[in-house]
Amino acid sequence: MSFYDKYQEYKNFDFEKFFNTLTDDDVLRAINKERINEIEFLTLLSHKAEKYLEMMAVKAKRLTAQHFGRVILLFAPLYLANFCVNRCAYCSFNIGNSILRKKLTLREVEEEGRAISSTGLRHILILTGESRNESPVSYIKECVQVLRKYFRSISVEVYPLEVEEYAELVEAGVDGFTMFQEVYDEEVYKRVHLGGPKRNYRYRLDAPERACKASMRSVGIGALLGLHDWRREAFFTGLHADYLQNKYPDVEISMSLPRIRPHVGHFQPECEVSDKNFVQIMLAFRLFMPRAGITISTRERPEFRDNLIGLGVTKMSAGSSTEVGGYGLREKSEGQFDISDGRSVEAIKSVIYKKGYQPVFKDWQAI
Amino acid sequence: MEDKLIIGGTEVNSRLFIGTGKFHSNRIIPDLIKRSGAQVVTVALRRIDFDSEEENMLNYIPKDCIIMPNTSGARNGEEAVRIARLARAAGCGNWIKIEVISDNKYLLPDNYETIKATEILAREGFVVLPYMSPDLMTAKRLRDAGAAAVMPLGAPIGTNKGLKTRELVKILIDEIDLPIIVDAGLGKPSEAAEAMEMGAAAVLVNTAVATAGDPVMMAEAFSLAVSAGRKAFISGMGSTKEYAEASSPLTGFLTE
Repeated sequence: MSFYDKYQEYKNFDFEKFFNTLTDDDVLRAINKERINEIEFLTLLSHKAEKYLEMMAVKAKRLTAQHFGRVILLFAPLYLANFCVNRCAYCSFNIGNSILRKKLTLREVEEEGRAISSTGLRHILILTGESRNESPVSYIKECVQVLRKYFRSISVEVYPLEVEEYAELVEAGVDGFTMFQEVYDEEVYKRVHLGGPKRNYRYRLDAPERACKASMRSVGIGALLGLHDWRREAFFTGLHADYLQNKYPDVEISMSLPRIRPHVGHFQPECEVSDKNFVQIMLAFRLFMPRAGITISTRERPEFRDNLIGLGVTKMSAGSSTEVGGYGLREKSEGQFDISDGRSVEAIKSVIYKKGYQPVFKDWQAI
Repeated sequence: MEDKLIIGGTEVNSRLFIGTGKFHSNRIIPDLIKRSGAQVVTVALRRIDFDSEEENMLNYIPKDCIIMPNTSGARNGEEAVRIARLARAAGCGNWIKIEVISDNKYLLPDNYETIKATEILAREGFVVLPYMSPDLMTAKRLRDAGAAAVMPLGAPIGTNKGLKTRELVKILIDEIDLPIIVDAGLGKPSEAAEAMEMGAAAVLVNTAVATAGDPVMMAEAFSLAVSAGRKAFISGMGSTKEYAEASSPLTGFLTE
């Protein structure tokens, strides 16, 4: 069985009809239950549940403190290369965009790593575009070897790999994996992924499971919010996380809520996701999966991010750059997207303390 | 009467153990430990940032405390062993709380893998305190493997649900000749007192203290409850009676 089978179960589900039959009592029952099932999770993503965000927030806050304590883990992304063979309508790295293409040399990786670790961060997420020629697994492994000196936890967000390749990365010192399906709706997926290997929906959909099979310690997933109706997309993201957690209970599963941001190109998102919608998704995630990590990136505005602290978020990126060479190299590429929260690690750290939470820099080490 | 708690040959002067994982700031830890009188403090090795003066949790723990690193993050016995060795090599002493969790949904300990890790680490000279689901056979095997104490959970970790495993923990207290330390699940001081009244040697709390409005005061409250419960236990509490006992007994006419 693959998550694709689960997706098929709900593919033709009449979401609108379901939402229209919901009553206030259905929502309240879901909020007040200790553990909710997938239909109750969908209930919390409904229009009807919008009235009850405050109740959901109170519960989400309690559950998050209970399971994670009053702490937020900080990390930074490091873009290794932006060469890419795909044509994704919403991404600056699209092969059709004429941007400066760059791939860090190992020396540059070291410089960037040193710059990031000097801010105190000990967790790093390394990213590449999809190019097996320019940034093959062997290159990623070499970068990991360099970065192990500076970081206690290294995660990858790269093109989908085979189980054996993930296992190689684990062996090299990678402990975390992130991959966004971008959009779970198969038809929309085909519409926005215009060319390149990324057009293969199934191969990407099963990548998180391949990472679990390779004994990756933590696995993060998400849908790029804005590409399609967010209620459905958030629902499938939650189902996917739940599927992985049940099948691979020793893996730490987390969900991200990346909202689409300005980028190079002319793509307009299909649907808007307001701050209120965003919070509803996050709260529903927490009530559905009390133990799962929730990651919020610098795509979000500073004041909005600050308000999310305590409501469910467990991991935040800080002091980020989405440019290849963005942490101090003289020559750097365009970023993958524009970030909103450009504050330094130090500034974010102090905000987290002010909110009554502890910023954590280290929550793992290679064993 | 002297009432000493001895673990692995060391006399421990407080029966309240504190976990450090969930506080809003490490800076409150020194005061919290002082006010609660706790001496054994558990720290997850995964969290200790040895490279940073400010972030290194160990710098906030008073020098007269016993550091009990834990193997949080271990998915099997082998990983727990590796983490324990790393902790000792990093200068965290030779106490180790074994935590092996292969189920992130409920965070219940894996007793089988815990026994395996206990065997190896006890042989290597660690003072081993395994965290476990209360089960008599497992506890016996842990004892035979060289555990210095056994740490059954009161309820799933972080739930603050109290001593839900009461009957099973009671059996461990009655049958296992090692300190039984209730770890995880205790949400209120009264529940810590309940465990102590029953004969637990100590309790370990983290979530209940860390998520309180005033963690320092809550740690103190737990400390008082633990002392009260312990005193009740050693004073020999009157047993609970099923029926009321009339002061003029119904069978008082029987003089034989």
